[in-house]
Amino acid sequence: MNLRDILSPLYVWKRAFEKPYTMNTLKDGRPGAPNYRGFHQNDIDKCIGCGTCAEICQNVSIDMVPIKPTRDGDSGLRPRIDYGRCCWCALCVDICPTGSLTMSNAYTWVEEGLDLDVRETFCYIPGHDPKPWDDEPLGYRRPQDYELLHLDRTPMPQLPPEQRISSFIEMVKGYSRELALKEADRCIQCGICTATCPAHMNIPAYIKAIREDNIAEGLMILYETNPLPGICGRICTRRCEDVCALSHRGEAISIRWLKRYLTDCVEAVDYQNILQKEISLNGKKISVIGSGPGGLSAAYYLSRMGYQVDVYEQNKAAGGMLRYGIPEYRLPYDMLDKDIEYILSQGVKLHLETRVGQEISFDEIYKGSDAIFISTGLFEPYRIGVKGDEIAGVISGLELLADVTNGVEVILGKSVLVIGGGNVAMDAARTARRLGSEVKVIYRRRLEDMPADHEEITEAMEEDVEFVFQAIPLEIEKTGDNRLRLIYGLAEMVDQGDGKRPQPILIEGSRIEIIADTIIAAIGQGMNFKWMDGEASANIKFGKWNIEADRYGCTTDKKVFIGGDMFNRTADAISAIADGHRSARAIDSLLK
Amino acid sequence: MSSLYPPILNGKAVYDLKDQKYLKIWQGPQHPGVTGNMSLELDVCGDQVIKCKTHVGYLHRGFEKLMERRRYINCFPIVCRICVPEPDTNEYLFAAAVEELLGIEIPERAKWLRTLNLELSRLASFLMWIGGQSGSFGSGTVAQWALAHRDYVLDLFEEWTGARIYHMYMTPGGVRGGLPEGWDAHAQKVLDGVYKLLDEIRHVQLNNAIFKMRAVGLGTITPDMIDKYGIVGPVARGSGLGRDIRKDQPYLIYDQLSFDTITESGGDTYARTVVRWREMYQSIDLIRQILKNMPRSGPLHISLPNVLHLKVPAGETYVRAESTRGEYGYYMVSDGSAFPRKITVRGPSYSHAMALLEDLAVGVNLADIHGLMLSLHTYPPEIER
Repeated sequence: MNLRDILSPLYVWKRAFEKPYTMNTLKDGRPGAPNYRGFHQNDIDKCIGCGTCAEICQNVSIDMVPIKPTRDGDSGLRPRIDYGRCCWCALCVDICPTGSLTMSNAYTWVEEGLDLDVRETFCYIPGHDPKPWDDEPLGYRRPQDYELLHLDRTPMPQLPPEQRISSFIEMVKGYSRELALKEADRCIQCGICTATCPAHMNIPAYIKAIREDNIAEGLMILYETNPLPGICGRICTRRCEDVCALSHRGEAISIRWLKRYLTDCVEAVDYQNILQKEISLNGKKISVIGSGPGGLSAAYYLSRMGYQVDVYEQNKAAGGMLRYGIPEYRLPYDMLDKDIEYILSQGVKLHLETRVGQEISFDEIYKGSDAIFISTGLFEPYRIGVKGDEIAGVISGLELLADVTNGVEVILGKSVLVIGGGNVAMDAARTARRLGSEVKVIYRRRLEDMPADHEEITEAMEEDVEFVFQAIPLEIEKTGDNRLRLIYGLAEMVDQGDGKRPQPILIEGSRIEIIADTIIAAIGQGMNFKWMDGEASANIKFGKWNIEADRYGCTTDKKVFIGGDMFNRTADAISAIADGHRSARAIDSLLK
Repeated sequence: MSSLYPPILNGKAVYDLKDQKYLKIWQGPQHPGVTGNMSLELDVCGDQVIKCKTHVGYLHRGFEKLMERRRYINCFPIVCRICVPEPDTNEYLFAAAVEELLGIEIPERAKWLRTLNLELSRLASFLMWIGGQSGSFGSGTVAQWALAHRDYVLDLFEEWTGARIYHMYMTPGGVRGGLPEGWDAHAQKVLDGVYKLLDEIRHVQLNNAIFKMRAVGLGTITPDMIDKYGIVGPVARGSGLGRDIRKDQPYLIYDQLSFDTITESGGDTYARTVVRWREMYQSIDLIRQILKNMPRSGPLHISLPNVLHLKVPAGETYVRAESTRGEYGYYMVSDGSAFPRKITVRGPSYSHAMALLEDLAVGVNLADIHGLMLSLHTYPPEIER
């Protein structure tokens, strides 16, 4: 010890002349840093209630509570956060698929109500329960270049367009195991898709099965709600993907292709081993009219429930629109047969080329069955409705597709016009393209108004199908050299007000001519139920365009159920499958 | 006066606590010698400790067990809580262990940011310690200065990571964000302040007659005790052993930084104080080197498989890093599932606070016990996990 050691500490006085470190937070406040992780904010309209925030929260501090009506793509639930548990790790913000959940930079929360239950004072629903920091622009946001989700879809291997148009070979090659696992890994298992799927397929569960490489389990999950998974895995309208939580900031999971992967992994002969279930017949008999997706679905579930099912089909093979309305390059016949044959193997009796009303009467079926499920679909194509639409060379899209399926030689000529903008129009156009014609699609509205699947439109464009938009057909006439002349007028789109589709209105005086060899009308199709006659139809209430039925498809005659395109407005395979399943359950509870 | 120490029979001290010469004192668990909770059971004769037994367990939260039931991503917010004043070592080691089992390499920029984070948290931890060290010898002035400056360092963390204490910044795969705009200038200002503070601490504490009288010779650790007790970090370096993982087995980008291992030879509380005081200068220097040399653009995080289903291949690993208390280690075993099979945390305070302290405390004046404990710089939360 020396003198320096005694004097040196006096240095401490130097600080006495410095500005104090402390600040008066009561007077001046001390805002949090710009990206401070404070209390949560939620853009309640952007949020879809997928619950991924609750899923990743390790403290279980988030629960999902109903505050909005449920709709497609929105569970109606919103996160409620318990600040007695929250640790402010912000993983919920990082993983939020829509990016609606953020954090304010608020440090403190002062609330009256010490006498209240802590569950009322410690918890709130961000964005719903008003808080002072709701409009706070600062606070934690998911940092740039940091992403927990995988927003990009695993690309599906496909044939290049130039190869596609040379044959009817299936253009989509299907995922390999590696690609499927990669795609399945992206799923966050929120289940928003399940709610939107008409058949309510347990999509998160079968994607999980793929991820865990448990193909058998996956197939069983598929068959719980959909007996045509190989078909849906190819041609489903996949409304599940439209609402996929990942589609908000990135690309939806390829749910359809994953379903296809599952069915492609299993050979037809192994289906029975995986899905086997003892069926004990209950002696009751059900007739199904129409062997499209609706009829097949009903037949499958009813036969599994122990009913003797008879299916009546007017064509040479089962499948309905699946077979006669969807071209082979999208749905190869062997894949169609794989699913249908498994259904038939459940003891379903199929009566082919049996048109009800001709080979067998509706009365006879009615008397011989405990219940009837009718799903005959829309098979009467609408005419274009202009002068000359009956001239030879003007055919319907469905006619073309059915002829190709049936192996009838079709001669379309060099140039083909397709009128319409739906999926049938796209299928017809692309089929014509494969038959060697040059194709133009004539559509009344704009590209963005087309009801056809966006993917089909893109693929048609890749295959050099030309599009003429805002064109209203006016007249068809024969030219001197035995070709066809379509005269169309231009349309302008007129706004119809809130939520309504803009209407194309003809611009007076506009008149354009176009020469073609064949004109294909694909503007929709209607129902035909004239064959339902006799005593059996006495109790069924027919409308002008429809048959009256309750939500289970049960008509005014308790024994008769309808489904498929006759019943639902969406007119796609998966809705028909859902109808079949739903009516099967309704029939079962009726007959029990 | 008879001997202070009781007679020893069969290797055990024999004394009667009722003869009024000896007294048993329970110190803690709110103990001024540690940051956390821990108790000492002291047998004293007068004010001299003749026997010390350490009791821990007041902070056991079962994190290691908890993690066996959590997905890896859900363990990430837990690990920082294993050591409150310096959580970042846990974050780094957890992430590093997962990355090693996954066989992935994080981007270069993330490595620099992780190193910056670790050094900054070393500085914050040392500032907290020096506050305690001086406060335990009655010098509250330095304690308040140091803690004020620690808060300035925490301000830097708040601006950078969004939180003051539990930064939750180093996720498996990288880091959560870059440095915000203007952060460098703010950091330089804070570092200048800490640098000035350290200069002042030299005058007020290190060259302080009272501090010297109490600290010199207190809790002397001889070099031969180092391996016997498993002594690491600044405690070992205070006894002349140049053991520093940053230098011996460089991780992250420590091999690209220029620094020397700091040692002192005294082995007592004073020497350990000087080692840590010098290491604070070293941290400031390292932070400045990092800010000067780090890449300012590039990826921060590599794309992991979906963290909600992340499965780590079966295997085991031990990763280590130098914390302010010495070697910090994570032993992680994965059975190939989505949950860690076992995670064991090696907190350096374990050997210092439990085995070493019991022996060093014998013969120490009761009033110096806190100073001695602080010179070992122990954080009970990492003892118990």
